[in-house]
Amino acid sequence: MLDIVVPIKQVPDLVEELEIDPSGTALDMERTRFVINELDDHALEQALLLKERHEGRVSVVALDVGEVEETLFMALAKGVDQAIKISGDFGPAPDNHTTARVLKDVLGGLSHNLILTGVQAIDDLDGQLGILLSSYLDLPYVGLVSGVQIEEGGGKATVLKELPGGVKAELELPLPAVLGIQAAEQPPRYVPVSRVRQAMRTATIEERSAAAEGNGRVRVRRISKPEVGAGAELLEGSSEEIAEKIAGLLADRGLLK
Amino acid sequence: MSQDVFILVEHLKGQLTDGTFELLGIGREVAPQTGGRLVALLLGKDVRGLAEELGAADVVLYVEDERLSDSVPEAYRRVLAGLIREKNPKLTLLPTSSLGMDLAGALSVDLNLPLIAFCKQLAVQDGSIVATCELYGGRAVVEAEIPEGSGLALVLPGASPADKGRSERAPAVEEVKPSVDLAEVKVRFKGLIEPPPGDVDITRQEILVSVGRGVQRQENLPVLQELADALGGVLSSSRPVVDQQWLPPTRQVGKSGMTVKPRLYLAVGISGAPEHVEGMRDSELIIAINSDARAPIFNVAHYGAVADLFDVVPKLAEAVKKRGA
Repeated sequence: MLDIVVPIKQVPDLVEELEIDPSGTALDMERTRFVINELDDHALEQALLLKERHEGRVSVVALDVGEVEETLFMALAKGVDQAIKISGDFGPAPDNHTTARVLKDVLGGLSHNLILTGVQAIDDLDGQLGILLSSYLDLPYVGLVSGVQIEEGGGKATVLKELPGGVKAELELPLPAVLGIQAAEQPPRYVPVSRVRQAMRTATIEERSAAAEGNGRVRVRRISKPEVGAGAELLEGSSEEIAEKIAGLLADRGLLK
Repeated sequence: MSQDVFILVEHLKGQLTDGTFELLGIGREVAPQTGGRLVALLLGKDVRGLAEELGAADVVLYVEDERLSDSVPEAYRRVLAGLIREKNPKLTLLPTSSLGMDLAGALSVDLNLPLIAFCKQLAVQDGSIVATCELYGGRAVVEAEIPEGSGLALVLPGASPADKGRSERAPAVEEVKPSVDLAEVKVRFKGLIEPPPGDVDITRQEILVSVGRGVQRQENLPVLQELADALGGVLSSSRPVVDQQWLPPTRQVGKSGMTVKPRLYLAVGISGAPEHVEGMRDSELIIAINSDARAPIFNVAHYGAVADLFDVVPKLAEAVKKRGA
């Protein structure tokens, strides 16, 4: 049977303004709103597609960081079989090396033959989680994956890895393995809020605890927001005026035929 | 530990990538700060000839093997881990590419070396590796450091002009035999799949109207198509639009999509994450329309309008038709 684990990470919601802590070296976690890492949502979708295609089950696991329960209930509402929240002394913003080591411990007690993660996240300062996890687990890894076929018997997978220029490499690897998903084979399914609420009433999130050993060795000296629009000359006015200004710029450059 | 700076050479279909020269350019600046040499690591099958183009490096170390196909990073990983362990450089630079992203994290664990990703700038100061990184989709700049010892860095495309890494000099070239058994590589290359033909080639268009997540839904695309038609251009897009299957993958600009350099790139509702910017930053004229004044696209655009695209786009189409008529 295909046993898929999807480690999920919460990241700041970029719809909101980033809030920087007074220390100037971290985000203000209290004032930050979190959402699932977009590519982890693709990994989850890919896992659900594989579950539907083969006989399988899907577990999601996440460290207890950044309003993760909502995301775990969303995953349950989408049809995962198990959701696990990991608590521990890793602080409010563990780096990916720490997260990968915590996940490694928990995965040790969890049956799995395929691990799917988003290939990257917007806060991967110390590298991408999936590849770090694969290395700690000593499993093969392929990243930038946008298609997964499991061979009959479940011993091997054939995956499509994205290369520049729209070219894809077809690669075969033995399972168990870790894949860094760039895009699921279809857009992540939408689940209505009512179903998430229902999951909150009826489903349970399992809790585990794990020890976090050590910290990453990359130190943040300063975090700041780039100067807005540093490069662009801003065109202002009503929408008509803006349209006229753009048309004028194009005409001046001979771009209007 | 040596004070050398290593860079990984990347090549596709027998050509060195721009990313390789960008890394060489950065390496050329960092090596004097460490007092070490700039060493280019060239791996592949029949790659010796490419070494001549790597004159910006002091030394080129090359490894040739049948199994070092571009598309199987695991084979690269084994060879690189052996080389870095043996030579122990101060800093190793890898490109944030399909290859580099499948190497850096693994090397960090294999070699127990710290890694900094999303790097835009790098320096070594008093023994510390200091990096300026673009995180949160380009909405924050993080100054990070590896305070002591050696480390790895994943460098963003466009971090340095490729021309800084080109040189007419002839580098010292040295062959290295892999110290690892590549028969153990578990990932097997089966073939390359080229993008399906038939759609327009966005890399050959003079005018691109490029749409992003701000378009919100597929039903909104005709408004943009009308503008593209008025301009005599075609629609391209950022990744999320393709992931939603609103436009085919042939229209995608950026990492794993196309790199375009049109005369006009009109970015509409595109936030400008680094993965997108790497595919369009060299366009001749970039005009961005986005309702979010903080969108990083305004840092790369020549002109910008903070406005609702659904207000501006139809009026722009009208204004263009009026002038054209």
